[in-house]
Amino acid sequence: MNLSLVVLIPLLGAPLAAWVSRFGRLHAAWMAGVLAALALAALIPSKPAVFHGETLVQQLAWLPDLGLNLAFRLDGLGMLFAILILVIGLLVILYARYYLSESDSTGRFYAYLLLFMGSMMGVVLSENILLLLMFWEMTSLSSFLLISYWQQRSDARNGARMALTITGLGGLAMLGGFLLLGRIAGSYDLSAILAQGDAIRAHPLYTPMLVLILLGAFTKSAQFPFHFWLPQAMAAPTPVSAYLHSATLVKAGVFLLARLFPVLSGTHAWSYLVMGLGLTTLLMGAYFALFKHDLKGLLAYSTISHLGLITLLFGIGTPLAAVAAVFHIINHATFKASLFMAAGIIDHECGTRDMRLINGLWRYMPYTATLAIVAALSMAGVPLFNGFLSKEMFFGEAVNFARDSVWIWVFPATVALAGVLAVAYSLRFIHDVFFNGEPVNLPRTPHEPPRWMQVPVEVLVAICLLVGVAPAYTVGPFLHVAVAAVLQAEPPHYSLAIWHGFNAALLMSVVALVGGVLVYGGRRPLFALARRWHGLLDAPAVYRWVLRQVLALAGAVTRLLDTGSLQRLAAVFIVTALVAGAVGIIPPRLPITGPVAVSAPDAASVLVAAMLVVVGLASVLIHQRRLTSLIVLGAAGLLVSLIFVKFSAPDLALTQLSVEVVTIVLLLLAMYFLPRRTPVETDTGRRLGHFFIALGAGGGAGILSWAMLTRPHASISRFFLDNSVSGGGGANVVNVILVDFRGFDTLGEITVLALAGLGIYALLKDLRLPGPRYDIAGRPWDWDVHPPIMAALVRLLLPLALLVAVFIFLRGHNLPGGGFIAGLVTAVALIMQYLANGVDWTHARMPRNLHPAIGLGLLTALVTGSASMLLGYPFLTSAFTHVHWPFADFELASAIAFDLGVYLVVVGATLLILVHMGLMHGASHLPDAGRPRAARDAAPHPTSRLAAD
Amino acid sequence: MEALFAGIIASLTGCGVYLALRAYTFPVVLGLTLLSYGVNLFLFATGRLTVGQPAVISDTAAGYADPLPQALVLTAIVIAFGMTAFVIMLALKAKAELGNDHVDGRPPDNPRDEWEQDRADGWANDREDEA
Repeated sequence: MNLSLVVLIPLLGAPLAAWVSRFGRLHAAWMAGVLAALALAALIPSKPAVFHGETLVQQLAWLPDLGLNLAFRLDGLGMLFAILILVIGLLVILYARYYLSESDSTGRFYAYLLLFMGSMMGVVLSENILLLLMFWEMTSLSSFLLISYWQQRSDARNGARMALTITGLGGLAMLGGFLLLGRIAGSYDLSAILAQGDAIRAHPLYTPMLVLILLGAFTKSAQFPFHFWLPQAMAAPTPVSAYLHSATLVKAGVFLLARLFPVLSGTHAWSYLVMGLGLTTLLMGAYFALFKHDLKGLLAYSTISHLGLITLLFGIGTPLAAVAAVFHIINHATFKASLFMAAGIIDHECGTRDMRLINGLWRYMPYTATLAIVAALSMAGVPLFNGFLSKEMFFGEAVNFARDSVWIWVFPATVALAGVLAVAYSLRFIHDVFFNGEPVNLPRTPHEPPRWMQVPVEVLVAICLLVGVAPAYTVGPFLHVAVAAVLQAEPPHYSLAIWHGFNAALLMSVVALVGGVLVYGGRRPLFALARRWHGLLDAPAVYRWVLRQVLALAGAVTRLLDTGSLQRLAAVFIVTALVAGAVGIIPPRLPITGPVAVSAPDAASVLVAAMLVVVGLASVLIHQRRLTSLIVLGAAGLLVSLIFVKFSAPDLALTQLSVEVVTIVLLLLAMYFLPRRTPVETDTGRRLGHFFIALGAGGGAGILSWAMLTRPHASISRFFLDNSVSGGGGANVVNVILVDFRGFDTLGEITVLALAGLGIYALLKDLRLPGPRYDIAGRPWDWDVHPPIMAALVRLLLPLALLVAVFIFLRGHNLPGGGFIAGLVTAVALIMQYLANGVDWTHARMPRNLHPAIGLGLLTALVTGSASMLLGYPFLTSAFTHVHWPFADFELASAIAFDLGVYLVVVGATLLILVHMGLMHGASHLPDAGRPRAARDAAPHPTSRLAAD
Repeated sequence: MEALFAGIIASLTGCGVYLALRAYTFPVVLGLTLLSYGVNLFLFATGRLTVGQPAVISDTAAGYADPLPQALVLTAIVIAFGMTAFVIMLALKAKAELGNDHVDGRPPDNPRDEWEQDRADGWANDREDEA
């Protein structure tokens, strides 16, 4: 299980790093360092097995139905990358501790860094490709956070956004590619996929799958034409650049090429795409790197170029080329990380990164200069440094590849040209920065940085040297197992010596070195030429143009559909639903009427149906008169509950009946604040259109119902009916489903109800609306709001109503009833008190704060459910027993406690809504507002009188 | 019976949709309520129409109605109430914030009509008082 630890330690530790930074600026750095070291320590125990050539696979079931397991895999390639990521990560953590200034938040920085580190570890250690994709997306997101770390700078925000857009689009393409790959291979596990390369390459879907996966890899690895995000990402703090662009983010793309090399490579499509883009990127990156004045810009384009080189090697596709590619991944990671760190030191000490200003730093910081020069020589491919070895392998492979083809000299010459440019820009990095006269107007006088800031650079430069001098003793074993993992076979014979005799590769190295010196020597006319061509290939401008077009299109579609009119939007919505539904009916694949025989209607049903249709039509026809249409609507609700009675659903009938009362009271209360009439809409065309839409919707719903009702009915309810008594301890199956079988759904539903109640409370809290003073006929509002006879009667009714509620609640498990209905009945009984006696009177006699009732209800339901979990049963499993009371023998199920929770929430939420509505009324007609003076003097306010007694 | 039931659903849905497409908040709320009746009846009908056989287990019952759609619809009715309440409160809030009850919150095309309307509803005097 140590592999999951390697991934999870940085991921789960990220919030920890953010948290400890509250106790001191440097705590986060220490925490991040300790966590990275821990992850490394968790990896070490697996090392011997991998060096014996084993592939470790460890998995935890996660979503097995989707083929997605938390499966990790460690082989040579994964281990190589894991060590690179963790070791360079540790160095970056140390470096950043000195790089970040006092005003930068260290907690945020290290949290993002750990998040990114964990995501990268996930990418390189995933066994399942869907899991890999998930971590891949996490690297995109976390690198977005890292690049935009200086949020106050617009270039950081733009660079981060561009990186996220490009890599995110690539990730989307890759998802498609991976799904295809999984479909072709029949499994999402790499072990299964890697074992069937031939079958996958022969599959008809191979080419689309390849293109999609390559899109993902190339966007991540900044290959032409997606390279432009990488230089923009240089707005990040330099430790981030050093990390992202040496060993991690951009290497994820080439990692993927290496990982899927045995499956994808070896076809023409692979060769053309990967080689073509790799070669283009190699040349283009090297060319632009030479002409950048920004130190980090030079490194950025050189990174692009080197990634092109690695991609090109994978594109060549021979086993030896794969060796060279993996070797160059290691070498590039070391020298590029140290160069970025050196650039960061220079930036830190000089206050600028412009190479036209930075000159002659050798005199000010000789030690840093030495380190940077060694790294830059390695980048140039000078012998005795590690870059030379892999580059010579690369030259050798280029010659070998071209030997059999028509490109016998064109290809090696092109590659050598790239080598020339690489030497030239490396030379520029050395000469322009450390020599070449005196600094020009630097903001600060440079000097050597803090000692510990140099240590990470030292370590990396030492690796460059050691690997360069004695490759077989240092990197040899790592390379061997990594290549074996890439090829999924025994690696070919290769020699890691510095001297291979006089051959074509050596000649190319010499040409590159001499040519590079010459090009750098003649740089002035070249710079002039480059200035003239500047802007010919402005990829960010193309990107911005495309982005603008996409946004304009999105805006146009939105404006077309949404003109700011809800009516139009609703009409579009309904028509769309109608069209989508009609597609299934119009070409009649199946007859609308099904095979099941229908039953004959009886007279009462016809009457009820006719009444419902009339009531529905009436509510439309007289909807201008709001009060009347509301009363009609109430009739419709009552008729619906009659339908439930008829068709064996007593619980529904009771619920509908009580909800109807509450709804009508609520709407009446609300109507007080709204105009009495709806103005006539003058646009007859629109009304006609809506009429036809309504006709279509009604007709569609009718056809659908008819088609459904005349088809055979296969229900899963048999299970509920069989197990209701034995498993749930109740005879009322509907109630047992609510509180037991599907109790989790009910918990969700009462939560929604509680939220609706609280939301309404928030809406009404500070709402003040004026109420009308005259009715339609111009008569003043009647202030005798609580007629005594009604008040007295309702008070008498209260205990009876509550008794009914208790009765319904208790019998609910075995006979129609239950928490929902009892809750509604209680709410109606209490609302009657409010209506008849006034808010003040009622509030004096019962708790006015209803939030505790809602909270208590939710809590009761949750605790009842969890109690069964504590005892080892699934959520909401009932326990029940028979209780003998003097008068009866009845069953007591634990579900009754859950039902009590439902009851409390329903009462609480319903009352909360209606009482606050009522309070608004109280506020709208304060005692002195608009009452005739005579009436006010004659009698005390009825409300206050009742409240007083 | 089935045709009758389908007809009920059709008429409730049609009336509900027409009202939901109106330009003022109150009819929209009424329309949504009618629509929810229609939807609830449709959901209920997925268990088919059974007469006189409630889903209460007993030794003498000849058969049972399908209890599952009933449980679904029971909670749907309560949730529909919560939704209706929320929408009507939104309508009140909009009235308070925007001064009218048009669904788009825009002053109607013909302000004079609205003023006449207000006077008929007993608000006009308030305005005069404030002025």
